[in-house]
Amino acid sequence: MLPTLGLLLACQLIGEVTVRGLGLSIPGPVLGLALLIAILRIRPALAKDLRPTITVILANLSLLFVPAGVGVIGNLDVLSEDWFALLVVLVLSTLLAMLASVGTFLAVRRLTEGRAR
Amino acid sequence: MTGVANLWSYLSTTPLLWLTATILAYLAADAIARRLHNHPLANPVILSVLIIAPVLWLTKTEYATYFEGAQFIHFLLGPATIALALPLWDNRETIGTSVAPILLALVAGSVTAAGSAILLAQAFGLSTEVILSLAPKSTTAPVALGISEAVGGLPALTAVLVILTGIIGAVIVTPLMTVLRIKDWRARGFSVGLASHGIGTARAFQVNPTAGAYAGIAMALNALLTSMIVPVLVRWLI
Repeated sequence: MLPTLGLLLACQLIGEVTVRGLGLSIPGPVLGLALLIAILRIRPALAKDLRPTITVILANLSLLFVPAGVGVIGNLDVLSEDWFALLVVLVLSTLLAMLASVGTFLAVRRLTEGRAR
Repeated sequence: MTGVANLWSYLSTTPLLWLTATILAYLAADAIARRLHNHPLANPVILSVLIIAPVLWLTKTEYATYFEGAQFIHFLLGPATIALALPLWDNRETIGTSVAPILLALVAGSVTAAGSAILLAQAFGLSTEVILSLAPKSTTAPVALGISEAVGGLPALTAVLVILTGIIGAVIVTPLMTVLRIKDWRARGFSVGLASHGIGTARAFQVNPTAGAYAGIAMALNALLTSMIVPVLVRWLI
């Protein structure tokens, strides 16, 4: 568990430092993610050591959003008199974004897999 | 009575109480969600918040005090993002064969997420400041706050809108995909990760590991693309 946590934190640290140092506009953890994939490419055997801890983290990803979720309840007043309109916009826009991405994904998959066959 | 008061004044100055409360509330929420077979409405984030918020209200605890304990959990969002490298690595072969669907669905979804939010908010007559705060709502919180600030929105409002978007997507994805009879876990996971960032990704991992991996890809790529397209869309549409 500890070596995995150490590696995850080190990747994040390198990601954050690089992003800040070079003034990049990508998030530090996303760069850290790319770094860990690069490390796995070089040492594929590492995946087996990382798996137990990472499986626990990803199975409980919801826990990590609880502090922010509680913050929403305390800050609902920022929505002020717009709350109903904002809620409708959020539901519709989330629905449209899902439909656009799932539709495009399936259509392109069908086209490219059709051509491969 | 002074004993209780002393005990409370001790507990309210240490992160221990609210850190413990957050983990216990989540364990209870997760147990309830499992008992309800991970029903979309039995979302562990919603249930945990519904357990903790009344306790904070009853004990008159400020959010800042709560967060002193909860921050240790909040902090793990960074390492958890890096942890997504493993499912991506595990799925590298199928990802390699679906690069075109991934990239085109990313562009379509990202533009729709931000563009539809801006246009719908305009139709509702919301103020420009609110619209700018709303535009990056589908991307992960730290990135969304940065975008909101850069285009002139209110980061505090964006923070609330991002979390609500995550919860909305996590709740509607399963019924939506069932109605549409979409069985491809890659497409299902990708769309919820794109529209609803980490909370959608958490839902995807709850349902299927492949869906989780693709939700993770969508979340990471959308964080990159949204930070580039929101400033452009804002210039075009507002």
